[in-house]
Amino acid sequence: MRKRSTDSAKIVPSDITPYDRYMSRRALLAGGLTVAAVQSIGGFGRTAFAQPAGALTYVRNAALSVSDTPNSYRDVSTYNNYYEFGTDKSDPSENAQKFRTQPWNVTIGGEAEVTGTFSLEDILKPHPLEERVYRLRCVEAWSMVVPWIGFPLGDLLKRFKPTSKAKFVEFKTLYDPKQMPGQRTAVLEWPYVEGLRMDEAMHPLTLMAVGLYGKVLPNQNGAPLRLIVPWKYGFKGIKAIVSIKFTERAPRTTWAGAASNEYGFFANVNPAVDHPRWSQASERHIGSSAFGPRRPTLPFNGYAEQVASLYSGMDLRKYF
Amino acid sequence: MWQIRWVLKPLVFLACLIPALHLTAGALNATGVAHIGDISLGADPVKLMLHTCGRWTLNFVMITLCMTPLRDLTHWTIWLRFRRMFGLFAFFYVLLHFSVYLLLDQSGKLGALWQDIVKRPYITIGMLGLLLLIPLAVTSTNKAQRRLGRRWVRLHRLVYLIAILGVWHFWWQVKKDIREPLLYVCGLTLLLGYRLWKNRQTLARVSVARLAGTGAP
Repeated sequence: MRKRSTDSAKIVPSDITPYDRYMSRRALLAGGLTVAAVQSIGGFGRTAFAQPAGALTYVRNAALSVSDTPNSYRDVSTYNNYYEFGTDKSDPSENAQKFRTQPWNVTIGGEAEVTGTFSLEDILKPHPLEERVYRLRCVEAWSMVVPWIGFPLGDLLKRFKPTSKAKFVEFKTLYDPKQMPGQRTAVLEWPYVEGLRMDEAMHPLTLMAVGLYGKVLPNQNGAPLRLIVPWKYGFKGIKAIVSIKFTERAPRTTWAGAASNEYGFFANVNPAVDHPRWSQASERHIGSSAFGPRRPTLPFNGYAEQVASLYSGMDLRKYF
Repeated sequence: MWQIRWVLKPLVFLACLIPALHLTAGALNATGVAHIGDISLGADPVKLMLHTCGRWTLNFVMITLCMTPLRDLTHWTIWLRFRRMFGLFAFFYVLLHFSVYLLLDQSGKLGALWQDIVKRPYITIGMLGLLLLIPLAVTSTNKAQRRLGRRWVRLHRLVYLIAILGVWHFWWQVKKDIREPLLYVCGLTLLLGYRLWKNRQTLARVSVARLAGTGAP
């Protein structure tokens, strides 16, 4: 439902960049990227992860960053799950290189006063970028530390004035089997769907990421727009987002739909609640000494102080 | 035939070692002890070692189970001269698989191992498969074969159960993409199905022969 609002936070037509100017900016950016690419190929040699990477302007948010040493750009960009590009950890970096992230639109819908389809540029424009070094814990019991570049999801959501009926936010990934070879097989139900409760979405730690290591997100890490919720298992961090919808009921998320006894809607990192088939009590930290011991997994991935109160009174064994 | 014993067998033996040598080189590179070529075990060396050894265990169980059908198809008995070697390589890789799991993944904590065996069905059946392989490896010598006679054959039929446990173990630990374990299921179904079929044929032949025998005037 589309309602009129006179509030200044609303996106007014004059805020929206005319299409031709938007495209010419993009062309300019792309030109710059080519130069960067040539330089980076020289630097990286023949490795697969050498790719154009636009530098971003951002400030470091030390208060919301962990002090752990981040994993190398190579580890972060060549070892991850992104089933749209294949189920092996190395598949995304191999198969996502030609993925087109421009032009990109995001549709905002559901229980909000401002809805419609917006260009990525309009989505991003009002938000200053910051760097946050977050822990990342995969449900498969491995972990990394990643310096993301992004902005609080809450700041973005507020612009669309969610109504009192908006209790949850649902996200969807692009569905394009031509570009995403993994979507040609029914390994999961496509498109990928994730969701957050409204208070989780509005939490200051919840990040819309557009970059890592100071540069535009590599395609394999979810470019151009992805979600990061550091106290939840990695699969909550939906990639290549094209749709954000405010809903009254909890959305049916992809992994919970695929195996509801193994993956829950909340998916908070919890060493006390094991996956039915493997332990979540400890994790193998990628990139630390190759054969070092496993590390104990922390409740809420070490963010308990900031987020545990969101779940007070909830049985986390039931709502896993 | 000295060529088989002194040329072919050593060559096959070396070929079977390639995955283990590759992992060793990769592990040395990963720890920085050595720099052998371009070999890398990726971002998560422990997982790669674990999975590679597990896969090769299954591969060698499958290869071992191929020898008899190959003999039947080709009428060459040479296949059977390699069966023991392949079987022992399955045992070798399952020991590596288990060692990587216990020493590198669980840092040698026996308590954690026991917890896993008790709590996680896929580890329980994997462990069972490994334990069942031990008597087969121990009785793989000519001497044991002679001493056990007919019982040896019966004992070594355990390999069918072990193969099922192994594939099951793989299937159960996969997160979602079951295509690879499914391949092993298909292979194993063929190999075990062939044996069932052959068994029925033989039984039929025996009963026909018996009938013919008793029915003769």
